[in-house]
Amino acid sequence: MDAWSRFLDAFFKWQLIERYLPAILDGMAVTVEIAAAVVITGILLGLVLAILRAFRILPLSALIVIFADMLRALPPLVLVLLVYFGLPSVGINLPSFAVLWLVLSCVLAAFAEEIFWAGILSIPKGQWEAARSTGIGFVSTLAYIVLPQAVRLTVAPLTNRTLAIAKNTALGMVIGVSEILSQATTGQSFAGNATPLTMGAIAYVILFIPVVVLGRWLETRFAWRRA
Amino acid sequence: MTSNRPPILEVRGLRKSFGHLEVLRGIDLEVLPQELVFIIGPSGSGKSTLLRCCNRLEEPTGGSISIDGVDLMARSTDINAMRRRIGMVFQSFNLYPHMSALGNVALALRRVLGRKRTEAEALALAALARVGLAEKANAYPAELSGGQQQRVAIARALALGPKIMLFDEPTSALDPELVGSVLKVMRELKAGGMTMLVVSHEMRFARDAADRVIFMDHGLIVEEGTPEQIFSGPREVRTQAFIAEIAR
Amino acid sequence: MQALLQQFFDFAIMARALPLLLTGLGQTLVLCLVVIPLGLIGGLLVALTSLARSRAVRWSAAAAIDFFRAIPPLVLLIFVYAGLPFAGIRLSPLAAVAIAFLLNNSSYYGEIYRAGIESVGHGQWDAARSTGLKARQALIYVVLPQAVRNVLPDLISNTVEVVKLTSLASVVALPELLYSADMARSITFNTSPIVLAAGIYLVMLWPIVRLVSRLERRIAS
Ligand SMILES: Nc1ncnc2c1ncn2[C@@H]1O[C@H](COP(=O)(O)OP(=O)(O)OP(=O)(O)O)[C@@H](O)[C@H]1O
Ligand SMILES: [Mg+2]
Repeated sequence: MDAWSRFLDAFFKWQLIERYLPAILDGMAVTVEIAAAVVITGILLGLVLAILRAFRILPLSALIVIFADMLRALPPLVLVLLVYFGLPSVGINLPSFAVLWLVLSCVLAAFAEEIFWAGILSIPKGQWEAARSTGIGFVSTLAYIVLPQAVRLTVAPLTNRTLAIAKNTALGMVIGVSEILSQATTGQSFAGNATPLTMGAIAYVILFIPVVVLGRWLETRFAWRRA
Repeated sequence: MTSNRPPILEVRGLRKSFGHLEVLRGIDLEVLPQELVFIIGPSGSGKSTLLRCCNRLEEPTGGSISIDGVDLMARSTDINAMRRRIGMVFQSFNLYPHMSALGNVALALRRVLGRKRTEAEALALAALARVGLAEKANAYPAELSGGQQQRVAIARALALGPKIMLFDEPTSALDPELVGSVLKVMRELKAGGMTMLVVSHEMRFARDAADRVIFMDHGLIVEEGTPEQIFSGPREVRTQAFIAEIAR
Repeated sequence: MQALLQQFFDFAIMARALPLLLTGLGQTLVLCLVVIPLGLIGGLLVALTSLARSRAVRWSAAAAIDFFRAIPPLVLLIFVYAGLPFAGIRLSPLAAVAIAFLLNNSSYYGEIYRAGIESVGHGQWDAARSTGLKARQALIYVVLPQAVRNVLPDLISNTVEVVKLTSLASVVALPELLYSADMARSITFNTSPIVLAAGIYLVMLWPIVRLVSRLERRIAS
């Protein structure tokens, strides 16, 4: 029983929970704001890139592929440090939350572009031909026939990928964005106790578990890739 | 057909190559108003390619095509405007799976002809009625049989008021018991005066509905004549061999 | 433009930083050799658990997977590295990374294996069992090979993610590639070492990213 109370004391100390709850809640708000901004800009940019790629203009497609490949191959933390330390010395000063938003949006856009593009490619040629044979133009075919079908096929992989990238908001700790993990580690070193870290972990679980469950449900619902 | 009206479809010296493969090697073809022309030929002879060139889903390599006197290849021709006057029906239906039967038919009416929603839906419903599917207007393709799907596809082309309809093996993907319903619709179209160019293996249908039968092989028209001539007394050796083959 | 080049592409600084970065790269590779096999094996165990006969076992596996998928890997790492000492468990950075990533990666690999195993029809099990193979033999010789082939692109692409993940070890002062690059940056006050590190990551991972895209497209069509 002695070990148990020592464990509780190290990870779930009541006074500390009370003391750090406001900071963790602040952190949650920051995490939600940045994650939401990243999801919106990242997915929209990814969709725009996939649509541009559908025009099959060679130099443009090549640029999009290079962008998507590079951002998928580089660790996000490398990009965060690169932008955070690099830009000020060339005269561009972005606040650290903006750096995080910019980097993660681009990373999500890269993955989203690939997912949307795979969705567009998976639409049978006959769908394009049927539309074109009734005189519907390229852009309308894309808008009314191809994208609505492609988007359905992409929801599950996109949800899972979006979650993975939204979790990277925790990288904000490294450059001093006051999101959950920052608050938790600051609290931990001030209090000399792991309780704020436990609270941080729980905060993430509360925020993200609904998305995990949603992704799982979508995956069984639209199990298309392994059909 | 002894009409002296100008042809609806006029193909001159049509050529098409895929890389080094010459698929069409100089096709000359006229289809007169209200005529039903039937194309037969071995697999790979270029039948589908010919049809697809006629609305430029495939870009011809050479030659000319005109529809109702309009040069399809001319720069000044708005191909999308022309395509709605050329109905096309595919072997695999190619219905839009995310739209109801009505939605499938109404889409081009709204997006190409710019009709209002209610107007487009009224026209679409009328087209569906012509193929006997008015009561299935709200069904999705997955809820329809193959025969019904193909009839919706016909309605989709029909709704745009085409001058000519191209059919590429419209019944080949169907279970035998569903073929009849599609052929019935095609017969009604013919009776209603539609101009049609049909690639199919349905010889019985050809015998009693076609005005003219064309036999193609290796990218060329080998022989043409009335159904009676082609099926009962073909002159060319290749035609004889093909007819003998399919008669078995 | 001049400033930009100097700040990001100072080749003299890159050349000076290169030996340090190569040592870091060595550490990154060691990390990969520890973390990837652990994840692959842990994932397989997780997958088998989540396909267990008992509903209670299946549900607790799913709950554990979802729990670890909801927590950012960096949070897990810091918890293991900086939190566990309060319980008297003091770990080296390498051990902390290995444990944290085992928990994180097993969940991801586990879901991929599970999808793969589910994609193999029940007929394969039946056929294998009807020839007298035990369940374990049927799994190893008949089902797993097909399962792995079916989800190979996902396995490879997750492995790319794992390699990228090793960069987080820099946060707990494990001197891998990114840590070395950041150290060089703080000494030289110049971003070029990080650009160099990015280049090294690209050389390692870009070909694999391309490969995965190709594989996925082939399976989709
Ligand atoms: N997009 C393409 N690229 C390359 N070759 C093609 C393409 N489309 C058709 N072909 C080739 O052109 C030739 C004629 O094809 P087509 O589909 O017109 O024949 P078909 O007479 O309709 O045959 P079937 O009765 O089998 O439908 C075939 O050899 C085919 O392989
Ligand atoms: Mg064909």
